[in-house]
Amino acid sequence: MRRTFPILVCFSFGMTMLVQFFVPSKLSTDAYNEITNWVQIIYAFALIVGVVGLLKYHFSRVSRRERGWFYNLVTVASLIVMSLLGFIGGRGDGGSFMWVFNNMMAPMQATVFSLLAFFVASAAYRGFLARNLEAFLLLFSAVMIMFGIASVGNAIPPFSDIANWILINPSMTARRGIFIGVGLGTIAVSLRVILGVERTYLGKE
Amino acid sequence: MPLQVFAFELYISDQPNDDGTRLTVEWDPLPPDDLRSIDPEIYSLLRSESPDGEFTSIDIVSRLDPSRRKIDENLATGRSYYYKLAYSDSTISWESNVAGPAAPEENWYNRSRTNVLIGILITGAFVGIFIILGRKGKSLYLRPIAGLNAMDEAIGRATEMGKPILYSSGRGKMERPASIASMNILGSVAEKVASYGTPLIFPNNDPVVTAVAQEVAREGYTKAGHADLYNPDNIYFVTDSQFGYAAAVDGIMMRERPATNLFFGTFEAESLILAETGNSIGAIQIAGTDSSIQMAFFIVACDFVLIGEELFAASGYLSGDPQVVGTLKGSDYLKVIIIIMILFGAVVGLLNQEWFVNLFLTA
Repeated sequence: MRRTFPILVCFSFGMTMLVQFFVPSKLSTDAYNEITNWVQIIYAFALIVGVVGLLKYHFSRVSRRERGWFYNLVTVASLIVMSLLGFIGGRGDGGSFMWVFNNMMAPMQATVFSLLAFFVASAAYRGFLARNLEAFLLLFSAVMIMFGIASVGNAIPPFSDIANWILINPSMTARRGIFIGVGLGTIAVSLRVILGVERTYLGKE
Repeated sequence: MPLQVFAFELYISDQPNDDGTRLTVEWDPLPPDDLRSIDPEIYSLLRSESPDGEFTSIDIVSRLDPSRRKIDENLATGRSYYYKLAYSDSTISWESNVAGPAAPEENWYNRSRTNVLIGILITGAFVGIFIILGRKGKSLYLRPIAGLNAMDEAIGRATEMGKPILYSSGRGKMERPASIASMNILGSVAEKVASYGTPLIFPNNDPVVTAVAQEVAREGYTKAGHADLYNPDNIYFVTDSQFGYAAAVDGIMMRERPATNLFFGTFEAESLILAETGNSIGAIQIAGTDSSIQMAFFIVACDFVLIGEELFAASGYLSGDPQVVGTLKGSDYLKVIIIIMILFGAVVGLLNQEWFVNLFLTA
């Protein structure tokens, strides 16, 4: 029963949404909007569970004085402070919540994002080492596309034409092959879940 | 100022395949030749519920709009409506004939998606047949997948080195098929790490995925007969911020130094940040994602990458469940059909025939 009920729920909602895709009536679109709202409500409750879990995890590390416990304390303090700022002052423009978000959160996120430039460089260096024919072709394609898309190279017809040809033909062909595979895989997983063949995600027997 | 009425036609029709709240208004080219000298670019589209009633402006129409078509939305199902076009300035005022009545009708089947329905029925039939064959115990061959074959080696390496394994499902929410596939892989991974006694760390980006992952991992440890080794503190929610998550996972990698990193799920711009950090600490890395763009980043930074449908095939491959394997065989045969259709479509396309491509269009 512990598994039968979730499988039945999954089957009925899966089939409902599948049928809904083909039925454009008002009842069908209303049902779709209602179920989508339910998902949002479930997510809101799950967020509470997530925050409780987060606090439990960090408090336990602080209480056990584990290595780096001070950073756990900073995480908990940040969570509490941001929650208080949001509840007391609201999330509107000009409030202290948005001030902290714009002047602390956003720059920190931008900092992590900017690391990507260095990681792209190091990954490209390893990926483009011409160790064999395939790697050489990859290197050649990358150089052509970089020249062809960069402002100077774009003005030189052979580079821009070659770059466009690579992007439109071999690159797009490979990507479409992957899209077809991902699409088929998605359908197969969905059918397995709806039909109850795939049950791992349900956890305990 | 005289009002002129010009006899060019408006055509009103029910918008097909909808919930009965839309009408389509189409018209002849605007303006008529004798009005070209005025050359207004903007006209008003007016609507009323009776031909003699008061018409209200519902939209503006550009003479330059080549479609000569507007869809009027949020109408009452079954109610009759009348339409006309109008233009007015200080020198002239003119209107088209009144068109109507027309009433929007509710549809119960979207005919433009018949091709999708046929595709799903064919897919369902193939998958169903192979599930039945799997249940009957028919032996089904699966081609080797390097990334999944390397899973045992990667887990064994972490065990030998006495280091943990780091697992990430990226930023996908639970309803995404890639997240479901990731949870299925996690079940097999948890079972294996439990039998070796290797710690599994899974920092998470979504609270729902966290709850599911905890249950799946607990089940894996229980199946392996080592429920006591399961530590729920190792599978925890970090943040739903994209780069906050990337920073947290990078920090965990640098502190815990996992010997193996497994990235299965939906990844965005954080993919390379995670994979390159993992590479810098010398971890063996296996990744799989449904995003073709992030797949490219994983290919240069990871040791093994599951490409395309391999991510979705992984759970059947790892668990060996004949029913799940059956679904994989079903999708393999579908690929054969798709390849045949692509080749046929290429030939038909070379003959300049568009009917075959049109079969696959949806609205």
